[in-house]
Amino acid sequence: MIGAANGHDFAVSCAGVRKSFGAGETKTEALRGVDFDARFGQLTFLVGPSGCGKTTLISIIAGLLDRSSGELAVLGLRPDELSGGERVRFRRRNLGFIFQQYNLLPSLTAAENVAVPLLAAGVPRRQAVRRATDLLARLGLENRAAARPATLSGGQQQRVAIARALVHEPRLIVCDEPTAALDHENGEAVLQLLASTAVNPDRAVIVVTHDSRVFHHAHRIARMDDGRIVDVAKQARASLSPAANGAETHEEDR
Amino acid sequence: MNFVALRMLTGDRAKYFGLVFAIAFCTFLLENQTTIFASILKRTASQILDVTDAEVWVMDQKTEYWEQTKALKDTDLTRVRGVPGVLWAVRLFKGNPVARTRSGKFAVSFLIGLDDATLAGAPRKMLLGSWERLREPDSVIIDEAGYVLLYPGEPLELGRTLEMNDHLVTIVGISDASAPFVSLPVMHARYSKAIDFLGRERTQLSFVIARPEPGVTPAALTERIQATTGLKARTTGEFMWDCVRYYLRNTGIPVNFGITIAVALIVGAVVGGQTFYLFTIENLKQFGALKAIGVTNPRLIGMILLQAFSAGILGFALGTGMAATFFEITSHMLATRGIALLWQCVALTGAAILGVVIVASILSIRRVLVLEPAAVFR
Repeated sequence: MIGAANGHDFAVSCAGVRKSFGAGETKTEALRGVDFDARFGQLTFLVGPSGCGKTTLISIIAGLLDRSSGELAVLGLRPDELSGGERVRFRRRNLGFIFQQYNLLPSLTAAENVAVPLLAAGVPRRQAVRRATDLLARLGLENRAAARPATLSGGQQQRVAIARALVHEPRLIVCDEPTAALDHENGEAVLQLLASTAVNPDRAVIVVTHDSRVFHHAHRIARMDDGRIVDVAKQARASLSPAANGAETHEEDR
Repeated sequence: MNFVALRMLTGDRAKYFGLVFAIAFCTFLLENQTTIFASILKRTASQILDVTDAEVWVMDQKTEYWEQTKALKDTDLTRVRGVPGVLWAVRLFKGNPVARTRSGKFAVSFLIGLDDATLAGAPRKMLLGSWERLREPDSVIIDEAGYVLLYPGEPLELGRTLEMNDHLVTIVGISDASAPFVSLPVMHARYSKAIDFLGRERTQLSFVIARPEPGVTPAALTERIQATTGLKARTTGEFMWDCVRYYLRNTGIPVNFGITIAVALIVGAVVGGQTFYLFTIENLKQFGALKAIGVTNPRLIGMILLQAFSAGILGFALGTGMAATFFEITSHMLATRGIALLWQCVALTGAAILGVVIVASILSIRRVLVLEPAAVFR
């Protein structure tokens, strides 16, 4: 129910969200009425086969795509009620992104890459880089702050990307296949880092993945297929938000 | 975000230097070719501009440029002198005698005959000797390039003799006359001697040069002379442009240089513009990530403009430096003396480069603005 999104438990709430691309004979329905929510203090996994609509759904949640129909609330706001500029500012303040291919700027150092969201928000460069360097140190990359992405391993690059997603303290973090380009050991380390640093009672984390080896990190797993959520499974892992834990008792498999 | 934009630009050194050098090379070619073109055309009026004493030139009605003269009647000089507002008017002769050295080397020359009494129009830039020595019998002043042409490899010295139309003439001065359009020696002699050095014809008066009285403008005086005498009168500037226009209309020079300039512009625009556009295309993923993170479109536009203008300004400065160095080196060579980088050519090239940068920026900005930030997830 979309009404629940106005409470404090739900970071994201979707009801009957549809998205289609093209028109006429070339029309493709990527989402066919998605009901989905993500809660504060939880690591919510969105899983499913390639082409099932996971990326489309998180793009809509992140305000990067418009939905065709349905109800959506993100952090208590309806993105489609915001103007283009307000949506960008909302994203800059409240969202953190972790991409499959890291998308680090190759010409910037690790610390400068982490500082980008702060720079975009108008924080002075020196101050932004200092905050970024401190965060990298907390993530165990204190010796690599001045390194360029090309000189970092895949695991290190993804840790830099996590730092970039965290540095401006967003309330929602969206991760797209964060372990896809990593071996199991590094993937496991990245998810552990994400679970230990990103999740807090005031923040929700949505992870799109089809790497079943890291599913145990999730508080909840929503399975998608053919543009719909077909199943939501709760995990034994404890949520950081008491409210979210309480809410889980009402969770039902669909 | 400015430093992010500059780091993105300079991050890939090979592409960055390729972009800057494409613009620099285009700048160099444009400035080089336009300057040479303008300077060569200016040479068609070198001997007019070298006469700094007079401001008005009087000639036959049908005269179109310096090389084309039809002798005036001797009485025309008196008629010009009679026009109100003329401070003074003297005759000037122009001919092309053959000058031969003792060793047998010879060259067709520009011989300018100056009024015997005043020597008005004598070269003021002398490298050796003095223009007053033209009062000596059978004397000429020759320009440095002409001297080197007739006496290759020999030091500049006065007192050497030349044979012109069975007259033995002595070099009493070496001038720094502006290079003529055709690389011939430029000689100055007294009017009465110059006509002997060429061979007498029935009429000899090529031009009357005059100076207006104080308070009378050269342009006003030319109108009065034309109205009074029926002769053609031009100011020095007008006569120079007559020569330039004549060569533009009647020679292949503008076509030849025009093609080179067009090629330079096209190559510069295509290579420089395309390199920058491709640079943006290759960075679309990065721009997409920045968009997703929350960098606004105006900020992205600012970043692209900063990148384009940084590369454009650096390439333009580098190219202008290359062109200035080129002309500094060639200005010491006799054949290319007097050809210096013209500020007008630098300004024109700057405008062309600015156009290329603006077009490349607009194309790049368009690609970034239509970019869906969701593309970063694909």
